[in-house]
Amino acid sequence: MKTIIFKTASTYLLPILLLFSVFILLRGHYLPGGGFVGGLIASIAYVLHSFANGLDRTKDVIKFHPGFLMPVGLSLSLLSGMAPLLHELPFMTGLWAHDPVPVLGNIGSALFFDIGVYLVVVGVVLTIIFTISESI
Amino acid sequence: MELLLAIIVGLLYASGIYMMLRRSLVKLIIGLILLGNGANILIFLLGRIVKGKPPIIEDSAKVLTDIYADPVPQALILTAIVISFGLQAFAIILVKRAYKVVGTDDLDQMNATDEDL
Amino acid sequence: MLIAVLSGFILALSLPLTGKIFKGKLSVLLSALPIILFAYFISFMPEVGEGRELRYFYEWVPSAGINLSFHLDGLSLLFTLLITGIGSLVFLYTSAYLKGHEYLDRFYGYLSMFMGSMLGLVLSDNIICMFIFWELTSISSFFLIGFNNENEESRKSSLLALSITGFGGLFLLAGMITLGYAGGSFSFTELLASSALIKSHELYGLILFCLFMAAFTKSAQFPFHFWLPGAMAAPTPVSTYLHSATMVKAGIYLLARFTPVLGNHPWWNNTLIIIGCITMLYAAIHALFRIDMKGILAYSTISALGMLVFLIGLGTDDALLAASVFIIVHALYKATLFLVTGIVDHETNTRNITRLSGLNKVMLPVGITSIVAACVSAGIPPTFGFLGKDLIYEATLHMGDWSPWLTGAAVMTNILLVLAGFLAGVKPFVGQLPAEFKGNVHMPYTLLWLPPMILAALGLIFGLFPVLLEHSLLYPVVTSLINSTPDFHLQLWHGLNLILLLSTITIGSGIALYYILKPSEELLARATRFEGWSPKSIVLLLAGGFSKFSGVWTSLFQNGYLRYYLTTILGFLSVLVAYKLFQGVNIYIDIDSLSNITIYEAVTMFIMAVAIGFAVFSKSRLAAVASMGVVGYAICLIFLFYSAPDLAMTQFSIDTLTVILFVLVLYNLPKYLNLSDTRDKIRDGILALSFGALISIIALEVLNEPVNRETSEFYAEKAYTEAHGKNIVNVILVDFRGADTMVEITVLTIAALGVFSLLKLRLKNIEKE
Repeated sequence: MKTIIFKTASTYLLPILLLFSVFILLRGHYLPGGGFVGGLIASIAYVLHSFANGLDRTKDVIKFHPGFLMPVGLSLSLLSGMAPLLHELPFMTGLWAHDPVPVLGNIGSALFFDIGVYLVVVGVVLTIIFTISESI
Repeated sequence: MELLLAIIVGLLYASGIYMMLRRSLVKLIIGLILLGNGANILIFLLGRIVKGKPPIIEDSAKVLTDIYADPVPQALILTAIVISFGLQAFAIILVKRAYKVVGTDDLDQMNATDEDL
Repeated sequence: MLIAVLSGFILALSLPLTGKIFKGKLSVLLSALPIILFAYFISFMPEVGEGRELRYFYEWVPSAGINLSFHLDGLSLLFTLLITGIGSLVFLYTSAYLKGHEYLDRFYGYLSMFMGSMLGLVLSDNIICMFIFWELTSISSFFLIGFNNENEESRKSSLLALSITGFGGLFLLAGMITLGYAGGSFSFTELLASSALIKSHELYGLILFCLFMAAFTKSAQFPFHFWLPGAMAAPTPVSTYLHSATMVKAGIYLLARFTPVLGNHPWWNNTLIIIGCITMLYAAIHALFRIDMKGILAYSTISALGMLVFLIGLGTDDALLAASVFIIVHALYKATLFLVTGIVDHETNTRNITRLSGLNKVMLPVGITSIVAACVSAGIPPTFGFLGKDLIYEATLHMGDWSPWLTGAAVMTNILLVLAGFLAGVKPFVGQLPAEFKGNVHMPYTLLWLPPMILAALGLIFGLFPVLLEHSLLYPVVTSLINSTPDFHLQLWHGLNLILLLSTITIGSGIALYYILKPSEELLARATRFEGWSPKSIVLLLAGGFSKFSGVWTSLFQNGYLRYYLTTILGFLSVLVAYKLFQGVNIYIDIDSLSNITIYEAVTMFIMAVAIGFAVFSKSRLAAVASMGVVGYAICLIFLFYSAPDLAMTQFSIDTLTVILFVLVLYNLPKYLNLSDTRDKIRDGILALSFGALISIIALEVLNEPVNRETSEFYAEKAYTEAHGKNIVNVILVDFRGADTMVEITVLTIAALGVFSLLKLRLKNIEKE
């Protein structure tokens, strides 16, 4: 699979796919998409990159072990769920900013929750795939 | 169309179970995946299928008023799909390890491995 | 009072720590506990004698109506005195009997635990507590019978005793709960007040049955009597304490206790009379064929217990008085005889009465004790036993039409009991001393012969001065049994009447039989021929059959093969569901209500069906994985057709990843095995297809039913107004059911960690090969 065309293409595909995954993530609240799908697309992007360039190169691109994304994402989701507790509302009550932000639309705790899901999914998939590729 | 889907569900269940009844570990996993797919479609089908009306509110509207596909089974299945990936990955690796350690993937010969280890 | 009950348990629990101290010569100090308790309960005699009932209440589980409430009335006092009094003597006796035994501390621990539970049983006012203590006595008895746990016989006997008494215990629990339900309370005192209500309750029969099962198993009534002779494998102090004086009387206590609540009903009386009669005659006859002193005593104990059940069954004031007196009489003489047996066994190493005789020459005090006890047992005046026997005859004679029969049975039993008492109590001590015992049989330690002597002396003293017990103990006992003020006067001499005649006949024929009938090995052998018919053999046969059946059952269903488990479960489920479907549900498919099939849908389905077939039948793993991928993408298309874009996207990505995953590990996975033959394949195929068909049919049936969309409408309405989102699926995931998603991503993390650790952490030993 390590042809020149694929290699070159993957170098450009990675950022584009990542951007696409973030786009999918952010639009999830209004149109099809969301943290799960976004995270899966992002991880496919990395997997593709690793197929073309080898695992080590991909790891260099990521710079840290993908496993770290799991606790980060989990805590982000948890914190977004706990934020309402500060306002003495029950756990996981949605909090929303009053004015919509351009591009992103309404910003609320649910968005951060979804970002947490995104990070966990990327972390989980990459950990699994990378571990398996390494051990073969 | 529902009729066809119902038959496909039955087929998925039947093939999944048939594979799980084999003695080979790999077939067991394939059976598990087929069964999972069958269950997903079953839930989807029982939530009633609607063509071309995703459960997404129009830009201009505030509530869904028209006929729409049921979002609840969809949310359930979405969760199930993602979880099944985790399950499959774990099962595959478990089989791989078990094969390496025990040296067989015949389920029948794995009965007594406790003593052998 | 709570401390008094719990002290036995406290001592038992502290012995594992302090046991070393008490193992040696200090063991006699442990007898302080029962002696103190005995004194403590004696101190209640004046108060209870005046007809007062003492109550103590400690909360335990108030929500379930279970409280540690104790009450002390005449009946309870009688039993507490027996338990602590005989307990004291047994504790003393044990310190000499088991002197230097390795596990003496353990023995005392069991013994005091037993004492505590027995006290709890007779003092409990709460019937659930009563059950708990009842079970504790069974458990401690199990430990005591199996004390010589290196002996197989002993282990077997203890197991048998535990299973029989435990079996009865379950009935007691059921009975107590039913009784509490029928009477509206778990407190005995309150049940007493609603006696009439309970007796007319529709569950009365069930309550009686459960209670009787419990009492009959515990008190060794026919046909559950057989565990008691086996329990004689226990050390003699245990046989004395548990299996003649106290524990086996627990069943009697239970019946006596519930007489005022449940008694005086034809079912109650007739059952007890019949069972009591059978037991006392059956066991008394059996006693004659034994040559082991303990065996004779065991059967005569069963017979005496039968007599007690019989008397409680008669239910008249006379009979209940006779029962109360007989409880005391029996405890006195039977404990004495057991203790004496222990001495004989200890000194001569045999309990075979055909070999024993003339022991008076070496241990006169023991002999006198034993003979006095035998006289008490025979009811020879002026012993207390004579009084007991008189009262029994008085009770049976006043029973109307049936009295000749009842009296006859009682006389018959008593004659045999006289004989049994003489065989065990007199025979070993009179006549010629065999040569083998000359010189090597000595007078036992004081602590061994003193306790039985005290008991025998009491049997004599109470006979001479029945006044001693009359007001202080017997009045309150009978009061608590008949629930009104009794009117009687105990005296030895009633004048010349029918009763005296009967007593004379009893004693005379008993002694005559003693001279005529000589117990021998031959008789024993003749009796064992009927073993095959005995309840014991039947129960053992049943138990063996049951365990064999369980073995077959287990190896049939728990065979360790995954696919057989699956086959069983699915086969059963299919048959069950199919049965239900064919029975009640019309298989009906409304073609019109189904949406039309377009060409691309049909093609997708066709591709899917082919891919499934390929995944199943392909011989190559790679082909199977590829067709799995095709199945996944086809599902993705289905989601797309039917308005589930989110699902389609997710399914697409996941399917891609799954295929990647499989391809990555494929060549490290084992090759396909082809182990099944064609027959297996066809069988599994039929099962799988029929289950699949069922699922299809069920799905179609469900589609005919109207659907409830309340939940989805709720989400559809609130998604934007409350959660500011327009993609409802996503809103459900991240907002409405956010906590679920939270858990889900946690599970995913765990799966990833699992994979990581499975691959990265090496199992050291195996991996090195």
